Amino acid sequence: MIRTEEMLLNVGPQHPSTHGVFRIVLKIDGETIIEATPVIGYLHRGTEKLAENLQYTQIIPYTDRMDYLAAMTNNYVICHAVETMMNLEIPERAEFLRVIVMELGRIASHLVWFGTYLLDIGAMSPFLYAFREREAIINMLNEICGARLTFNYMRVGGVKWDAPEGWIEKVRDFIPYMREELAGYHDLVTGNEIFLNRVKGIGYYSKEEALNFSLSGANLRCTGTQWDLRKDEPYSIYSRFDFDVPVFHTGDAWARYQCRMQEIEESLKILEQAVEQFPEEGPVMAKVPRIIKPPKGEAFVRIESPRGEIGCYIASEGKKEPYRLKFRRPSFYNLQILPKLLVGENISNLITILGGIDIVLGEVDG
Amino acid sequence: MTKERDDQNPTNDGLSIEEQKKKAAAEAKAKALELAKQRKAEKEAANPEPASEPELTKEELKKKAAAEAKAKALELAKQRKAEKEAANSEPASEPELTKEELKKKAAAEAKAKALELAKQRMAEKEAANSEPASEPELTKEELKKKAAAEAKAKALELAKQRMAEKEADAASTPDSSLEETDDLAKQKALAAAKAKAAAAAKAKAAAAAKAKMLRDAGESDTTETAEAGEDEKAKAAAKAKAAAAAKAKAAAAAKAKALRDAGGGEAAETAGAGDDEKAKAIAAAKAKAAAAAKARAAANAKNAAEEPAEPEKPSPNQPFLDTYVKVIKEQLGPHVLEDAYINKLSKDVPTLVAKPESYYKIADLLKHNEALHFDYLSEMHGTDFETHFEVYNHFYSYENRQSVALKVKIDRNSATTHSITPLWEGANWPERETYDLLGIIFEGHPNLTRIMMPDDWVGHPLRKDYEPHDVEV
Amino acid sequence: MMQDLLHAQPGWMHVAIFFALGAALLMTVLGFVTYAILAERKVLGFMQMRTGPNRVGGKYALLQTVADVFKLLIKEDTIPKLADRPLFILAPVLAFAPAFMVLATIPFSKNMQFADLGVGLLYYVAISGISTIGILMGGWASNNKYSLLGGMRSAAQMISYEIPLVISVIGVILFAGSLNLNDIVAGQQNIAYIFLTPIGFIVFLISSIAELNRTPFDLPEAESELVAGYHVEYSGFRWAFFMLTEYVYLFAMASLTTVLFLGGWNPIPFLGFIPGVIWFGLKFSIVVFFMIWIRGTLPRMRADQLMGFAWKVLLPLALLNIFVSAAVKELFL
Repeated sequence: MIRTEEMLLNVGPQHPSTHGVFRIVLKIDGETIIEATPVIGYLHRGTEKLAENLQYTQIIPYTDRMDYLAAMTNNYVICHAVETMMNLEIPERAEFLRVIVMELGRIASHLVWFGTYLLDIGAMSPFLYAFREREAIINMLNEICGARLTFNYMRVGGVKWDAPEGWIEKVRDFIPYMREELAGYHDLVTGNEIFLNRVKGIGYYSKEEALNFSLSGANLRCTGTQWDLRKDEPYSIYSRFDFDVPVFHTGDAWARYQCRMQEIEESLKILEQAVEQFPEEGPVMAKVPRIIKPPKGEAFVRIESPRGEIGCYIASEGKKEPYRLKFRRPSFYNLQILPKLLVGENISNLITILGGIDIVLGEVDG
Repeated sequence: MTKERDDQNPTNDGLSIEEQKKKAAAEAKAKALELAKQRKAEKEAANPEPASEPELTKEELKKKAAAEAKAKALELAKQRKAEKEAANSEPASEPELTKEELKKKAAAEAKAKALELAKQRMAEKEAANSEPASEPELTKEELKKKAAAEAKAKALELAKQRMAEKEADAASTPDSSLEETDDLAKQKALAAAKAKAAAAAKAKAAAAAKAKMLRDAGESDTTETAEAGEDEKAKAAAKAKAAAAAKAKAAAAAKAKALRDAGGGEAAETAGAGDDEKAKAIAAAKAKAAAAAKARAAANAKNAAEEPAEPEKPSPNQPFLDTYVKVIKEQLGPHVLEDAYINKLSKDVPTLVAKPESYYKIADLLKHNEALHFDYLSEMHGTDFETHFEVYNHFYSYENRQSVALKVKIDRNSATTHSITPLWEGANWPERETYDLLGIIFEGHPNLTRIMMPDDWVGHPLRKDYEPHDVEV
Repeated sequence: MMQDLLHAQPGWMHVAIFFALGAALLMTVLGFVTYAILAERKVLGFMQMRTGPNRVGGKYALLQTVADVFKLLIKEDTIPKLADRPLFILAPVLAFAPAFMVLATIPFSKNMQFADLGVGLLYYVAISGISTIGILMGGWASNNKYSLLGGMRSAAQMISYEIPLVISVIGVILFAGSLNLNDIVAGQQNIAYIFLTPIGFIVFLISSIAELNRTPFDLPEAESELVAGYHVEYSGFRWAFFMLTEYVYLFAMASLTTVLFLGGWNPIPFLGFIPGVIWFGLKFSIVVFFMIWIRGTLPRMRADQLMGFAWKVLLPLALLNIFVSAAVKELFL
């Protein structure tokens, strides 16, 4: 009779597959996980505390650092919260620019996820293909706001810069290109037997569990829940666009993969329409006071980020700084279900499951 | 690239705005100097007061500023009139002019009027200088205008006397009717005013600059947004200063002015002072003006400015709130809720405030009741309101497609409440975060440990009275 | 020549000659490794639409690997404090030595062979199994949980895949009637065994990739799971030895594949004027390229799937291959 012993394995905070400084303490028997305890906070920068001493416009760059893979949506959520409180009307052109950059950001974010997920699973090439396309997006965003990741592009009342000459055409050209490349991804990865074996049936949870654990985004839609804030609680000008919300029913990593890949296609659809309807001219900034002072009171808004539901709560005392600012960070909520999913899985599946949740540690740790 | 853009779109451009600001400021100073000189003359004619005495107290400075502002406004008004006559046919003939231009013109005119009014008031005041206090039934705007007029008049008349009077004024301001809405702000302003003398002086310069900018804007449409921002600032600054300086009356004046100037259409409307230009401005710039007016009004005189203009519409979510409250009261008795209202600022979300002892019961009901069935916890966090802690939950029901916010106020000294993690697993980490950063203890939480900060951290950083333990960092 | 030397009276002269020849082979192999690594990086770069190395040694970075190896050699030699020091030092040697030893039996051309053993094939399989011990030892001695897991995975994987690997070549042995690699090559004068035992070839190819710990079977070092697996604590020239082992095995396995299934140095018809060693090199290069290609394309398998695949798919196929080969030999040859 062989006597076996449990072993503690510390995965992270420096580990290639934890996508940052996430740490998870595993109790393993051989390679089978008996217990998993996530440890977070290594990237906690106290954004919410800092924000209490900053004016609203000054907070926007801080939001870039939360979900640094889709900073545009972060920019948007705080602007949207303040605009909601102040009941501002945003110029049409600004709204279009916002939607375009947010959807570009969503595609870029999903591309990073696709690439790194496949890298986690052990395929090297898709990562580089995905990053090539992402680079095209980042270059476009760089052109419009002068930064590749930390955009600081949106302002309360509109956007900081108008699109430069010919920028919209670049976006227009990008759409068919991206579609073509996406088909290439499907050829390379989606039908791959090894890949399917790695993701099918892995990390399953039911719809009820997903709701109970406050999952959102693709993590929720993979369980058959039709829920996308762009559709169900439309903000900005999303109600003008015709797009579908991809929903899958198997609740495993495979469904999450399909969900995100289809979301890229839907984002392209939105982009296509937005570029088509893009107003010829007009202001990109509403009339707002130089010093933004939302009225006394509180507001909570939520929008759909690539990772799920990102929200912003502001308690204002009518001053130029928020009294309390709180972000509902989707990665933070989505990660909660991880310990439950890991029990009984092996270490290879740990990587598949963790990668499938699509976390960004800047966002988890706030 | 930015350069190019600057050239192309000076309107949207930070740089150009700054440049403009600087220019404006420079011009403002120049003007201020001129004005000061003129004023000296004026003063000598009328009352040789504030301009000549830079070492005067803040109030005086403020008064000077106010006086200068008025003077400028007069000049502006004159210039504008001329301009208008010269180019006023444009706005009339060119309905495609932007609202901002119209607004600015309107504002300029409004100022001119205000000045006229002020003059008239001077006379009036002399007749009944104690009006504002004696006529509480006047609308605030009227009061403000009067106050403004009075303030001006006083500024002119009383600059010297004020040195002595100020102290008295400070004491006497609480009497004025305006104070009802503004006294907090005023008191603060007063308190701050002393320390801010220099700032006030600057602010005056800024106000002057803004006034100029307004003028400029009337002529050219390039810097609309910037100006709009500036206007408001100017006003705000003017307000603050005025409050500090001339106390209640000056503040009221500033406000009135601000409201009027900014094309605070609604305020102007109700005040009945809306002449043609104002009316135009209102018509043209209503949405924006309303937003601006709201923002500003919110800062100080929310009720005053808004209520008459915007009658409360019942929220579309009111029926839902009523249902929730009804169900809760039926199930748990009538006294479990502290409050229930629609949060207009937050997309009309029905908001329930639970009593601390019934927080968990209500949460339980919200989740499990057939009619409510809020199965999704969207957000959970706490806030330190200094008098108490507040836990804010945002729930969503996928079945009914409805949101609700549930809040509970917790005593700050024994910061304990029941955990809702047994109901929504998703509250697990947020509650840990709340515990970590605010020190609220959630009873019944499976693993209430620090999550963001290290386990050996001292204190709870998001508390308003938090002081870092490791000071040297 | 080798045969004469082997059968002659031993003496110091022989020692010197063998040493010189061994060193020459080692240099050749190191040269191959140097450029195999470069080729792998370049080919992967090409497949992934990037440039790959392009600085050191001209446009094609011909000295890149040399520089890399030089860096590894002068790097500080670190041994973890809690490591099992003797085993830690021994492990890379134990892993590398068999990799080099197996080359002795490979016939690169008609005359270029060091030891014409009667049981050359068996020798290869037996010796290459020793490397597993080196890897397991390194994983254990590092006193690191990741390397331990990597070492365990490695042992399990190598043992599992050695079985289908050996059974898949039984078909070849049946056709050739010998375990001698020279005889096997000679048996393919007319037709390469890849055409006679295609199932055997496929099973052999898959198993050989698994034996080499290459993608999609690179679980022992799975960098995204176990960071670097069994060599996570190694650095400098000890780590270089593990790398060297890997690439020497690539060299050996590609050679063996060429010899067993692709006809070794035999030319394809009507092109016999080209020397055999060039034919060998060509076929060998195709195999190496194929392995790099696989690495650029496929994701990694999971440990349990890997074992299941070996025992449930490859082993039955290999057994089937024996019967098919026997039938083919009986009926057609």
